[in-house]
Amino acid sequence: MNVGLFIPCYVNQFYPQVAIATLQLLEKYNCTVHYPLNQTCCGQPMANSGYEKLGQQCNELITESFVAYDYIVCPSGSCTLHIKDHLHSEKNDNAAQGIRKKIYELAEFMVDVLKVENIDASFPYKVGVHQSCHGQRGLNVSQMSELVAAPFSKTDALLKKVKGLELVQLDRVDECCGFGGTFCVVEEAVSVRMGQDRVADHEKNNVEVITGGDMSCLMHMEGILKRKKSNVAIKHIAEILNGEPILSFPEGREKGKSLAEIDDVILSPEGA
Amino acid sequence: MSSREKILNAVKKNQPALEPLPDVAAINAIQFDDVFAQFGTVLKNIGGNVVEVNDLNKVSQYVQHTFNGAQNCITTIADLTGVSQLNIQEDAHALQNVELAVINAQFAVAENGAVWITEEQYKLRVLPFICNHLAVIIHKNNIVNTMHQAYDLIQNADYGFGVFIAGPSKTADIEQSLVLGAHGPKSMTVFVL
Amino acid sequence: MSVTNAKHPELAAAFNKDAARVGWHDETLWWIRQKRDKAAWTLPEWEELRETASQIKLNTLSNLSEYLTAFEKNALANGAIVHWAADAKEHNEIVHKILQQHKVTQLVKSKSMLTEECGLNDYLAANGVDVVDTDLGERIVQLANEHPSHIVLPCIHWKKEEIGELFHQHLNTPKGNADPQFLTEAARIHLREKFLTRKVAITGVNFAIAETGEFVVSTNEGNADMGAHLAEVHIACMGIEKLIPQRKHLGVFLRLLARSATGQPVTTYNSHFKTPNKNQQLHIILVDNGRSVQLGREDFRNSLKCIRCGACFNTCPVYRRSGGHSYHTAVAGPIGSILAPNFDMKKNADLPFASTLCGSCTNVCPVKIDIHNQLYKWRQVLTEEGHSPKTKTLAMKLMAFVLSKPAAFNLGGKVGRKVMRWFPFLVNNKLNPWYKQRDMPVPPKQSFTEWYKKNKK
Repeated sequence: MNVGLFIPCYVNQFYPQVAIATLQLLEKYNCTVHYPLNQTCCGQPMANSGYEKLGQQCNELITESFVAYDYIVCPSGSCTLHIKDHLHSEKNDNAAQGIRKKIYELAEFMVDVLKVENIDASFPYKVGVHQSCHGQRGLNVSQMSELVAAPFSKTDALLKKVKGLELVQLDRVDECCGFGGTFCVVEEAVSVRMGQDRVADHEKNNVEVITGGDMSCLMHMEGILKRKKSNVAIKHIAEILNGEPILSFPEGREKGKSLAEIDDVILSPEGA
Repeated sequence: MSSREKILNAVKKNQPALEPLPDVAAINAIQFDDVFAQFGTVLKNIGGNVVEVNDLNKVSQYVQHTFNGAQNCITTIADLTGVSQLNIQEDAHALQNVELAVINAQFAVAENGAVWITEEQYKLRVLPFICNHLAVIIHKNNIVNTMHQAYDLIQNADYGFGVFIAGPSKTADIEQSLVLGAHGPKSMTVFVL
Repeated sequence: MSVTNAKHPELAAAFNKDAARVGWHDETLWWIRQKRDKAAWTLPEWEELRETASQIKLNTLSNLSEYLTAFEKNALANGAIVHWAADAKEHNEIVHKILQQHKVTQLVKSKSMLTEECGLNDYLAANGVDVVDTDLGERIVQLANEHPSHIVLPCIHWKKEEIGELFHQHLNTPKGNADPQFLTEAARIHLREKFLTRKVAITGVNFAIAETGEFVVSTNEGNADMGAHLAEVHIACMGIEKLIPQRKHLGVFLRLLARSATGQPVTTYNSHFKTPNKNQQLHIILVDNGRSVQLGREDFRNSLKCIRCGACFNTCPVYRRSGGHSYHTAVAGPIGSILAPNFDMKKNADLPFASTLCGSCTNVCPVKIDIHNQLYKWRQVLTEEGHSPKTKTLAMKLMAFVLSKPAAFNLGGKVGRKVMRWFPFLVNNKLNPWYKQRDMPVPPKQSFTEWYKKNKK
């Protein structure tokens, strides 16, 4: 199966390890994965700021880049939803409409299309899931707490297959973290407070690692965690499912050093 | 052009093409195994009080006993002895000192603990609101499951004023602390015959 | 009352200066959201009810002119006097005229968000009329010379100790007594005197029935009934969108309203006013005030389905942490943010941006208004209508330019990351709103694109 990889602009620039993990993970499940080099961004930063029309060139790049694939997979619910809801092309709108139907967020792709049964990964930590709003309420990656409807979670279903991973129940299962795109700077005070409260819920429930399908939410929470020198770490779900980050957690964590710090040293800048 | 015409013209111009009205009867509404038990539980949860009685004498005894020999208690139920009858010629404002009003309700609703009362049953509109305590009488076989069934019973009844009352008057405006007896009755008793 | 030109981000930032209070405000409202969930789960047919309610309101909006004329005809036959007000000004003038006809300068008023929207209290005060709000929460904010911060819970931002002090000043309660039971009793005595002496009562309207010409007012306190039934003149003020076609449709809405609002199975009182009380005049004022314009905005007309339950306030993570007054409009919260631009785009251009578009509001809405989608659409409209700051437009154009060319994006990313690595103080400073309370991500040496080119292609 021919999969085109759509990588959010900020993941490309700031979290390449998430993109690498996504690519490797899909390859493990026998997908032929390509990363078209002419993509930039889904256009959401402009659109959510009221400038949807300025995103048209992004739309055209996406349409040209992904027309040929069976599926498009993206490690972000938010970017996926934006493309699903708004992609259109002035040059080839048929292609654009087709892409809207075949783009998937990573977890939903693994559950709904790949129908993954086994995951060869181990992650012996207490993990809290940050269910990002667009993945959840937009794409139905998990059931929404507001609705009178049977619960499910594609994210949780995948994480439960990871050896040693302990899923932690939060007090507020699907409260927004406050990132919200440009909201995070325009409404700095409220955004930060929302992030602080979200992080506190994880801390209160003894979470060691916060994971989720959207690096943007995680980046926002990571910024807050680091500022308060918290011991709680951030990991994109692709990294956990790919099994790679296990290597970056040394046996018996060094006392006094946070998971986040250890992880920074090994994974982030130069290594990638 | 009058405002009436202006508004109606603007509405007519801007309203979308006619959309169908859904069938309320098609709603698969909840049915309780025991409507009386459900009604009682809900009413208690919202601060009300259910008393099962065999006849009006028991109501009379209850009122005598609970409300200091039925002082300042009034009723609009002719057969209820031992409680003063409401003087319907009275100015509504004079009802401010009524301790307890006992009136008939037409039916009760199990899902929310409400009873349906119309003005024709009790004459002075303000009565069930201005009294310090309210008691109503319903028949046990007049309890419906939901508000849908309630409106099926009301149909196109021609009342001047009708009200669903569910428990005593209440407020939680001060820090969400529930207080019974905001402006209306501080308690509500439903006698079930 | 206080009038402000400040916008949501500044007002919200001011509210956030008291972190403990924000936590308290958030927890209080979240508790109500949880009560709402519990109430919704008692009915297996909850989602079906929401869908039915939404369809009934859609039918209402699509046939509103007919329903309005039918309602008027039936209300007149019931003995009511019906008035039509094109805007807030006309509404206020109609009320004032009725008062003048009856030579009345004092009245009681139960909760009506419409009269808040129209600024009736200020208008009447300026004309020498004394208005007493009788809903406890509304009376509290009125005594404090404020506006409600929530449509269902007007003084949700007040602490009981502050209310105790307010009552001590205005109602002579003992200093330091902050017991809700005691304070409520004090308000009961204070307001009972008003109910018994005022000749005119204003109420709002929750639902008006086209088929019968009656209207329903829902309260817990009984204040609407105390006012209306003791007055010689009852004035009911309603927006034209309050119509529903038939009496039986109340079954659907009354099942949803209180459960959504406070988690109660139903409000204590649902009063059906059909004919005037004995020796009473009943006036009904039908108010447009921009509603017919909103009806014509295809993307936004569904906002007129709103039954003012306030569920979207309680669930909104932004509202809970910014407080109702940060919305600087009569109806705050998510629903207020999609209604307000219709009144005044320039003044309310900030409100559709006071949201992360998380979508929780849409999910709790009992009439299924797609609130978060409308917030997104208002952002587009406001920008196109020129209500966006020039600096923002410039920044967005620059961003769009970089993102429209892969080469520029890759180069920009590379340079940006290098700059961040070599000169972190350029971003890690007070001018960067991200950095104020959050650390920046550590920029890696390589982007994914660079890695991919080296390792995969």
